[in-house]
Amino acid sequence: MTLTGLFFYLFSAVLVASGLMVIAARQPVHSVLFLILGFVNAAGLFMLLGAEFLALILVVVYVGAVAVLFLFVVMMLDIDFAELRQGFLNYLPVGALVGVVILVELLVVVGGRAIAPEVVESVPVPIPDHDDVSNTEAIGQLLYTRYLFYFQAAGLILLVAMVGAIVLTLRHKEGVKRQSAAVQIARNPATAIEVRKVEPGKGLS
Amino acid sequence: MEALLESYLPLVVFIGVALVIGLALLIAPFIVAYKNPDPEKLSAYECGFAPFDDARMKFDIRFYLVAILFIIFDLEVAFLFPWAVSFGDLGWFGFWSMMIFLGVLTIGFVYEWKKGALEWD
Repeated sequence: MTLTGLFFYLFSAVLVASGLMVIAARQPVHSVLFLILGFVNAAGLFMLLGAEFLALILVVVYVGAVAVLFLFVVMMLDIDFAELRQGFLNYLPVGALVGVVILVELLVVVGGRAIAPEVVESVPVPIPDHDDVSNTEAIGQLLYTRYLFYFQAAGLILLVAMVGAIVLTLRHKEGVKRQSAAVQIARNPATAIEVRKVEPGKGLS
Repeated sequence: MEALLESYLPLVVFIGVALVIGLALLIAPFIVAYKNPDPEKLSAYECGFAPFDDARMKFDIRFYLVAILFIIFDLEVAFLFPWAVSFGDLGWFGFWSMMIFLGVLTIGFVYEWKKGALEWD
């Protein structure tokens, strides 16, 4: 148990520190790298809670895909970040307001246990014991049947994201010759070559 | 729960060993390597002439499209894992719910294919 506690404090401390560095780093690329460190440590925290599937999906999807996308975006935008920082004090009140709202919401979620202890017992579906049902199996038993609507909504959101990304970014260059396998395969000697009789002393016109 | 965390202990050992080797290789040059700094050693090298412009240039937007299409199908596969693990308990309802999900994403895949988003030019 003490080892678990040690790892909890290790992951939490690195997570908070890397979260601070995400907003404090001067280079935006360094911010993204600190974000990746934060993702990995959050995965460690999930693992300590016994949520194996979430922890590994966090590494695969967030570190493997989303962080790479962030890196692309940071490298694609040619923004003068020193210029962006100039408005920092003007935007501070609005940013602070949003931060305070999120902080209060987090306190309500975490502190709900102190206000109404019975909330914890009244979860709609109790989490099964880890020794009986593995974490991945527990998710699978609920996600596709009980939470069908959310599952299908996730599918539709992915569809919209796919169509939106294609509509926004796809530009085909004019005059590019593409390979068409069907046309290539459909060629035969009759359509591909022509035999011409060449008379002596005359060229072909 | 304790057994689960114990089964991850080898992973911690691996990460620890990797960390030690990585840090040793990173720190050893500072201690033992011969140092003779020169600004030319740090300048960009471009086959004999002075570099034309900054090495950091904008990426083509098409890389972004490839990355976002990858994320979408990555998530689709992530949804398949718990479904496959609990397949025996789900029954026909769970089976068809996943088939509809896959069908919706296949519509997107057909759209992407027909639009030519998978072709580079």
